[in-house]
Amino acid sequence: MTAQDSVTRLQERFANSILKAGEFRGENSLSIKIESVREIARFCRDELGFDYLLDISSLDHFGGDPRFEMVYELYSMADGVHLRLKAVVPGEDNPVAPSVSDLWPTADWHEREVFDMMGIRFEGHPDLRRILMWEGYPFYPLRKDFPLEGKPSDVPEVAFTEAAPLAGGPFVTIPTDGITEVREPRARRAGDPLSPDKFLAES
Amino acid sequence: MSQPSPVAYDSKIEGNVIFTRVDAAINWMRSNSLWPMPMGLACCAIELMAASSSRYDISRFGAEVMRFSPRQSDVMIVAGTVTYKMALAVKRIWDQMPEPKWCIAMGACASSGGMYRSYAVLQGIDHLLPVDVYISGCPPRPEALLDGLMKLQKKIMGEHALEDQKRSLVDAL
Repeated sequence: MTAQDSVTRLQERFANSILKAGEFRGENSLSIKIESVREIARFCRDELGFDYLLDISSLDHFGGDPRFEMVYELYSMADGVHLRLKAVVPGEDNPVAPSVSDLWPTADWHEREVFDMMGIRFEGHPDLRRILMWEGYPFYPLRKDFPLEGKPSDVPEVAFTEAAPLAGGPFVTIPTDGITEVREPRARRAGDPLSPDKFLAES
Repeated sequence: MSQPSPVAYDSKIEGNVIFTRVDAAINWMRSNSLWPMPMGLACCAIELMAASSSRYDISRFGAEVMRFSPRQSDVMIVAGTVTYKMALAVKRIWDQMPEPKWCIAMGACASSGGMYRSYAVLQGIDHLLPVDVYISGCPPRPEALLDGLMKLQKKIMGEHALEDQKRSLVDAL
């Protein structure tokens, strides 16, 4: 069964739940309603042969409404076919999506990562804990409104964080014929002026 | 019959006596038998392993006894990226090491956070531990680690072996 066949069958079966079907460079994407994710996912797995969940990721459309979106990458081992399901998640303050961890066990950790990094909760997940950061870390680092340098936090006896000195960006070079310290001002602290004058004076 | 000589002289013993200061003797012993605590956290650890293998052979400098127990080690070689999640574990292992102890920050990440200007990475292990030697490089070659080790040995030779310890003991009390 080709990807196009799968899309056609899904469109026949779930006409009301599929909002948009797109194809770009041989990759098929379906935009679906969040409440029918489990239904469609189960159909994809059992009827269409998508036995492998490649990845789960999430998007942050910061400033847009709805803000968050889930992306499921499905793959059929037998047919060698790839299909992408996308579903927007309602609610900015407490986004909740249904868990598919009982359909594909690999979704367990993928959903924990999405929860950890983006703060989307998964209804029906058996063990929704943070997976990369530690329990008690108060932020969701992959959200667009989280600064790259991080924010200070402290969980006593577990971990603390501080804002990193970015000096205007993670990799800053200044066009100058100065020495390395001047050219790549990495020793500066956040808030220092961007001008390299004081470094030039030292060199 | 000849009288026994009033001056005792034993050429065997005389040849084995040296005069020195206690500090110098102790420092000499310490600096030439540094047992490292290999705190390998990233790719620098691979270079640390290479340094202790046959080609670079860190045992030429008396630091080949990698101790995986902090209780038995003298120098912690922080080799790699220290994430905030790992930071307090590193600190805890450091606290478990008995005095006297030294710390080598191996590579850019351990020294300053390296290329990771990020919410997840501690910007240099010197935020938590007193670092004696920083080694530049990403990762540093084994020669650089050996050079750092020799710098540390030189530093130890210049310390007041007992005085400093007494002072820290008094301060602790």
